[in-house]
Amino acid sequence: MIRFDNVTKVYDQKSRPALDSISLEIDRGEFAFLVGASGSGKSTFLRLVLKEDRATRGSVYVAGQNVANIPSWRVPRLRRGIGVVFQDFRLLPNKTVFANVAFAMQVLGRSRGVIRETVPEVLKTVGLEGKENRLPHELSGGEQQRVAIARAVVNKPAILLADEPTGNLDPTTSMEIMNVLDKINQNNTTVVMATHDDDIVNGMRKRVIELRNGIVLRDEARALYTSMIPVVDGSDSGNGFRNPAGTSAGEVDK
Amino acid sequence: MRLAFVLAEIGGGLRRNLSMVVSVILVTFVSLTFVGAAGMLQMQINQMKGFWYDKVQVAIFLCVDTSTSPTCAGGPATEEQKQNIQTMLDAPAVKQYVTSWTYESQDDALKHFREQFANSPIVDSVTADQLPASFRVNMVDPEKYQIINESFAATPGVETVIDQRQLLERLFSVMNVASLVAVGIAGLMIICAILLIATTIRLSAFSRRRETGIMRLVGASKMVIQLPFVLEGVIAAVIGASLASVTLWTVGKFFIEDYLADQYKDTAFISANQVLILVPGLLLLGILLSGVSSLLTLRKYLKV
Repeated sequence: MIRFDNVTKVYDQKSRPALDSISLEIDRGEFAFLVGASGSGKSTFLRLVLKEDRATRGSVYVAGQNVANIPSWRVPRLRRGIGVVFQDFRLLPNKTVFANVAFAMQVLGRSRGVIRETVPEVLKTVGLEGKENRLPHELSGGEQQRVAIARAVVNKPAILLADEPTGNLDPTTSMEIMNVLDKINQNNTTVVMATHDDDIVNGMRKRVIELRNGIVLRDEARALYTSMIPVVDGSDSGNGFRNPAGTSAGEVDK
Repeated sequence: MRLAFVLAEIGGGLRRNLSMVVSVILVTFVSLTFVGAAGMLQMQINQMKGFWYDKVQVAIFLCVDTSTSPTCAGGPATEEQKQNIQTMLDAPAVKQYVTSWTYESQDDALKHFREQFANSPIVDSVTADQLPASFRVNMVDPEKYQIINESFAATPGVETVIDQRQLLERLFSVMNVASLVAVGIAGLMIICAILLIATTIRLSAFSRRRETGIMRLVGASKMVIQLPFVLEGVIAAVIGASLASVTLWTVGKFFIEDYLADQYKDTAFISANQVLILVPGLLLLGILLSGVSSLLTLRKYLKV
């Protein structure tokens, strides 16, 4: 679904590349965590998928298409196939929950009837029934993020990118949000989530791609946040990609 | 649905940026009024040309006692010289350029002079023999004045050949300068309008960056994102152009038609309805102005 082929992204010739010859593939229906410290290249990765930026070298394929070959007028179509969720929710403050979600359909010219039918359905999926007419400031952080997720998936994208969606939320609420994302993933939507939150990664046991300084430090299936813990299911995680330094202080406890 | 959405966006944008929108309307209004005024002056010049050029003649003035020109060396024009000029006018070489000619004797000239200066004390001191007799020639094409001038200027008994058109040209050149000044002011105001529209759209794009950011993310097309901004500018400019049109028509109706035309009955003025010809041009110019400046601005500030 998403394939990076020796992708390098250089923002500024003088400093090191944000991404350095990265090659990886995320399959349809997969759930992958993108972990790593700030500046490790997570956001650059997501931006390249959305064609917000161009790769300096190498190719990025989304749904089998090399994004470098998509002309600028076709980029909106690419983005329709990708939902995005952010740490700061990015809701429209003067629109209700319903209107915020409906907005994503209106701008694509969906008919009123379709919108009226689809939006409640999606709101139900994210657990917001009965709150259609609230304004964003009348909702808790977790609920606001649910609205954002609803908006991201209302047009049924094949891919959902989440950039630290739980960064502003407490652990309990974060787990609820993860359940929503998991539910969306169950419907065969590919989910790529960039995060710092080790509890969440450890709790989900999904594929983990760890980036550091623009290179893939580790790429393990059903993994944990750090690679120091032996994985019970016998996959080769942690052997070839030991984290030499800078592992979190809590690693011994886990 | 998408149309309704775009319209709602425009409404929201206009409301949010009301003071800027009002200033765009006023600036386009003033600049297009000047453009229109220049247009009206040109129309007036054409109108007067059409009116006067049919009437103007080339006058061949004959020698009188006081003439100093070398062709008048023999004193006042003799009957023989007059006959000679008449023959020349009727000869094929000149006749093809002439529709008709009349002879104005010294007595006729005095009569016209008295009519023209009826209220002036000068009439009493002028006698017929001070005024030259003349041939008044109507030309097929008034531009060909030189032909008459060349044929008759050196003829004995002719003091001078005068193209009355030249007197009018002086008036027209004054009006032309006035219309150039109007165009110049309009040009400056149009630059103001373009910059102001660009600023307005920039502000508008900034105040709605949250919406446009989300629109981009969910894959709204460039048109859906940018159209509301472009139309906002266009609507403001069209309102300005309409105000300018109404103003020009009002000037045409109440100043030119009702006042000037009444005061100067022997001059042809443009009518208020003729001013309406300018309206589509002004509207088009307004739309072009705002459309172009907003597209350029959006390319810079609202990348998709």
